[in-house]
Amino acid sequence: MSKIKAENVNVYYGSKQALFDVSIDIAEKEVTALIGPSGCGKSTFLRCLNRMNDVIEICRVEGSIKMDNLELNSRKLDVVRLRENVGMVFQKPNPFPKTIYENVAYGPTIHGIAQSKEEMDQIVETSLKKAALWNEVKDRLDEIGTGLSGGQQQRLCIARAISVSPEVILMDEPCSALDPIATAQIEELIDDLKKEVTIVIVTHSMSQAARVSQKTGFFHLGKLIEFGPTDKIFKNPDNQQTQDYITGRFG
Amino acid sequence: MNSFKKNLLKKRYNAERRFQWYGKIAIGLALTFLAVFMFQIFSKGYSAFQKTWIVTEVHYDKELLLIDAESPSKDDLENADYYDVAYKAMTSLDPGLPEEEDRQLIQMVSYKYETEVKDLLLKNPDFLGKIVPIKLTASDDVDQVHKGNYPRDIPEKNRRVNDYQLQIYDMLNERGDILSEFNISFFTSPDSREAELAGIASSFMGTVFSILVCLAFSFPIAVLAAIYLEEFAPKNKFTDFIEVNINNLAAVPSIVFGLLGLGVLLAVFNLPRSTPLVGGITLSLMTLPTIIIAARASLKAVPPSIREAALAMGASNMQTTMHHTVPLSMPGTLSGTIIGLAQALGETAPLILIGMVAFVNTIPGTPVDPAASLPVQIYIWSESAERGFVEKVSACIMVLLAFLILMNLAAQIVRHKFEKKWS
Ligand SMILES: Nc1ncnc2c1ncn2[C@@H]1O[C@H](COP(=O)(O)OP(=O)(O)OP(=O)(O)O)[C@@H](O)[C@H]1O
Ligand SMILES: [Mg+2]
Repeated sequence: MSKIKAENVNVYYGSKQALFDVSIDIAEKEVTALIGPSGCGKSTFLRCLNRMNDVIEICRVEGSIKMDNLELNSRKLDVVRLRENVGMVFQKPNPFPKTIYENVAYGPTIHGIAQSKEEMDQIVETSLKKAALWNEVKDRLDEIGTGLSGGQQQRLCIARAISVSPEVILMDEPCSALDPIATAQIEELIDDLKKEVTIVIVTHSMSQAARVSQKTGFFHLGKLIEFGPTDKIFKNPDNQQTQDYITGRFG
Repeated sequence: MNSFKKNLLKKRYNAERRFQWYGKIAIGLALTFLAVFMFQIFSKGYSAFQKTWIVTEVHYDKELLLIDAESPSKDDLENADYYDVAYKAMTSLDPGLPEEEDRQLIQMVSYKYETEVKDLLLKNPDFLGKIVPIKLTASDDVDQVHKGNYPRDIPEKNRRVNDYQLQIYDMLNERGDILSEFNISFFTSPDSREAELAGIASSFMGTVFSILVCLAFSFPIAVLAAIYLEEFAPKNKFTDFIEVNINNLAAVPSIVFGLLGLGVLLAVFNLPRSTPLVGGITLSLMTLPTIIIAARASLKAVPPSIREAALAMGASNMQTTMHHTVPLSMPGTLSGTIIGLAQALGETAPLILIGMVAFVNTIPGTPVDPAASLPVQIYIWSESAERGFVEKVSACIMVLLAFLILMNLAAQIVRHKFEKKWS
């Protein structure tokens, strides 16, 4: 079943066009990987899905992006509600310079999700457990989140993102700053999460895309060159450029 | 290596050595100037923290005090006549002095000696009828003689202390009846025309009130302006124009703000003249751009990733700003504010224009009482001809500098304590 349906999305930074007629169907409770050489517009597309491009003043998005038949690219859309439902994990871990507890509790607080302190404690604990961080931090929840290691910080950011039980999680190269062990932990986590959430992940690692995703989209120079089941993209792509990129002949 | 390359290398080393020397010389010069300046101030000013007293004996004679009652009440003591008692206390230092010369002795203590005689009895009612020792504030001339600031070897007619007075002084000094103690009244008394009585209480409180008023006006306005400009305002020609003007405002000479205070606050709004309220508002015009610039710089310094994190969690712009950006920018904003206030602390010109230069011999209790301020006090005293004020000027500068150092220290601490937060 399709969760997000983008049709003819064009994105401009000022007069420079960054995305050309991108149309893509993102299936529910699956992991969709976006790959492609640097500067091809993967992050730009990802940021269309939770309207983070609004922050960039010169950025203009055209076309239609529907989530459960709700038009995202519309002035009338309540961005706050959208972002409550579409979480995001950034390339560089960016926990708030507050305590670990406050980091995870922030979303539920501003969205009024927890009714009581006990409920909040429960949310914090489950989120940290799902993010495979609970055992490492359960005794120091009141320490500053920025004091954790890079991999722990990234998992804290994931815990923060899932604390509001979003339907979709966007991940922009979440493992690029992590060592192989932390990366493996996060990939495991993604596998777990996809039972409940739809995940879109941008990655530069072919092997990661192959390991975690069910669908893969290949971007090049702002165009979506090929999109399909991960197996097919990696074993038997239709497009020569995709073939070249995957086998490392360019990019 | 060929000789050409060797030469080039040598040149480069020499250039670097020369440059380092220029730097060292520049720093050396700056430190020398600072040391000379500090030495000047301290060597002239430290003696102001000592006060000279003349010890004599006073006889609280009921008859001379014109007290009739057997056991006089507080009011009786309050209303008694102390003139004769005080007069006798001084003239008893030299009983042989003819009556028409008595001024010579009276001039050796401050003109308030009668009050001092009265205060001692009011504090100790049981002294009534007894002969007790009393400390009287020495006149500034005797004070200066005692501190060695006054040349004794110039001809008598050019001296404010005549030979007879010097003789009395020497006699008292030998007996140990000239005391030198820490000058508490320098800190607790308001200004006075008499150097020995003048203190900084009025100007100190005036400065404190002015700074508080300045903070109360400039901080909220500046922070709100900075937050709006940095976080909410669209970036267009108009906001650029505002930004340029704020930067210009920071460079406007302070006397212009004084004129503004005079023309608007006093003339149009009729606020009370010579008060810290007006002074503080005038100074806040000066600190406003400084704080806006500091606050904007520290808002800019908050990493965009923090804003993105909050926005991506579904926080509104307002929430992102209030929950994350502003708290993170506060250390920078606060230290900028303190530095802005420290600048305002030393301002003289605008305060003179709004009348805070008037002679004030009361201690202000509120921001709407007339007051002076420390830098203006320095200016007023430095205009005085009397020798006793020379050391007061330096002492007042020392107090002002201490105030400034404390504020800069506070700014430093604020910055260090809260800055190491995000990675
Ligand atoms: N804020 C911006 N302002 C102007 N141009 C931008 C901005 N962000 C991205 N671009 C441009 O848009 C194009 C796509 O950028 P994008 O960040 O989406 O690439 P990417 O595929 O995520 O690359 P990478 O793999 O290096 O992260 C690039 O050419 C980039 O120069
Ligand atoms: Mg990117």
